[in-house]
Amino acid sequence: MDWINIAVTLIKIVVLTFMVLLPMIAYSVWAERRVAAKIQNRVGPNRTGIPFTKFGLFGLGQPIADGLKFIFKEDLTPAHVRTGYFWLAPALTMVPALMTCAVIPFGSELNIAGYKIPLVIADLNVGPLFIFAIASLSVYGIVLAGWASNSKYPFLGGVRSTSQMISYEISLGLSIVPIIMIFGELNLTEIVKWQDANGWLLFPFWGGGEFWQEALLLIPVVISFVIFTVSMFAETNRLPFDLPECETELVAGYHTEYSSMKFALFFLGEYAAMIIGSGLAVTLFLGGWSLPFGIGSELVDKPLWLGIAHFFSFLIKMIGFILFFIWVRWSLPRFRYDQLMRLGWVFFFEIALANVFLTAFILLYFN
Amino acid sequence: MEQAEVMLDLLFYIFSAIAVAGALGVIVNKNPVTSAFCLIAAFIGLAALFIQLDAYLVGIIQILVYGGAVMVLFLFIIMLMDMASEERRRFGLGAVAAGLLVSVVFVVQLLRVLGDYSPGSKVLGVLPADAATDVEQIGKLMFTQYYFPVQVVGVLLLIATIGVIVLSKRELK
Repeated sequence: MDWINIAVTLIKIVVLTFMVLLPMIAYSVWAERRVAAKIQNRVGPNRTGIPFTKFGLFGLGQPIADGLKFIFKEDLTPAHVRTGYFWLAPALTMVPALMTCAVIPFGSELNIAGYKIPLVIADLNVGPLFIFAIASLSVYGIVLAGWASNSKYPFLGGVRSTSQMISYEISLGLSIVPIIMIFGELNLTEIVKWQDANGWLLFPFWGGGEFWQEALLLIPVVISFVIFTVSMFAETNRLPFDLPECETELVAGYHTEYSSMKFALFFLGEYAAMIIGSGLAVTLFLGGWSLPFGIGSELVDKPLWLGIAHFFSFLIKMIGFILFFIWVRWSLPRFRYDQLMRLGWVFFFEIALANVFLTAFILLYFN
Repeated sequence: MEQAEVMLDLLFYIFSAIAVAGALGVIVNKNPVTSAFCLIAAFIGLAALFIQLDAYLVGIIQILVYGGAVMVLFLFIIMLMDMASEERRRFGLGAVAAGLLVSVVFVVQLLRVLGDYSPGSKVLGVLPADAATDVEQIGKLMFTQYYFPVQVVGVLLLIATIGVIVLSKRELK
């Protein structure tokens, strides 16, 4: 039994990380370029399909071609860098992003031949905290890249990134406190099960629950959702908060000195963080893997088709959220640095703190 | 022994090795950035040991607070220093003597405490399967039995924060 469990866990790690997450990273780069092109009224990469044929397939071969290009490009290490750290930095951005997917519930459970396989790699009791802890380590990759490059612009990028990520980690952490108070639970699997039974947190229109309490709770939930999403943009260094790599001021910020696959790792690490962030947002606010309108929530023994439907439900919501990330990137201009800091410290921090008390008040008096 | 126990033992040795090697690296290295990174490695090894003891919250907080927040600030300051002069710095006799004295006192204390126990003599009871999670238990203890100390620590931290602001503002004038 022991060995079966270990084997199943290994298969889950390989399938969910390397066969679900990594292709998603590659294809969200493609999606970003296509959506950007659509928004700017261009065509975008639409030709790379099956080699030596005329099948373009909407450019779906582009990520593979990009990967090949990155691998075969000359890997340049400038003479003035601190070599050891210069090599370590890209790995340090990529590894935490991949590690955090261990606690995201990708689906309910697959019922295969009597075995119930939960579609989460590690069912921890401290899910969101685990994600924040590991994600907070990913700042080292950027800081180290900035410092190890030993030149002006990367260093400025690294310093900016440090203060930005520390500032927004606080509002990110505080924004989910009301959510956890509502669930009374830190286990992400249990959180999704709760939403499966009681309706999604942002759309509590089906399932059980007191009407007035649910209606009033929507206020703190929406505030939390806004703070969480905006802080997530800042944490993943995405536009409108991509100050660490702001091209117009810092060349390319912390990865100015990087080339070939090492540059690609920074790039992929950013997208991995974005996907995990979307996954967490979907899990906390949009019902995770649960189907809309409470379909199938009354079944205790989930048949195989329901497990598969849950998996795809999660993927579709996550992809929707990623598209939202991309849409925002090409719609909003970049913040100035002082505006960014003021937004984080003066507005979000206080609002998130007040939101905790508001939620406690509603939970206490409208029960 | 069961396979699971062998694996747990093996993991214990791996993570303790990481923690000890990291701690050694902090004091052996001359480069402050390398030292800081060794300290982070030590924290992560320690957090893994906590998690192995089923103390998930303590382990995660170890990474979140020390690994993710405190050390980032340390590194932030270290990176702004002049690295070459730090690497050239030599320690005086007084500093070495004081360091030796402190570590000898600490080792003696440790030996006094640990000398009373032989390995495996104290076995903790197994938690019942339906026990509350560690987050819940820590939360309950903190807000019932230890409520007053928690409040005192909170006020102390607030005073420290205000003190830092006052001191840094005074320098600006």
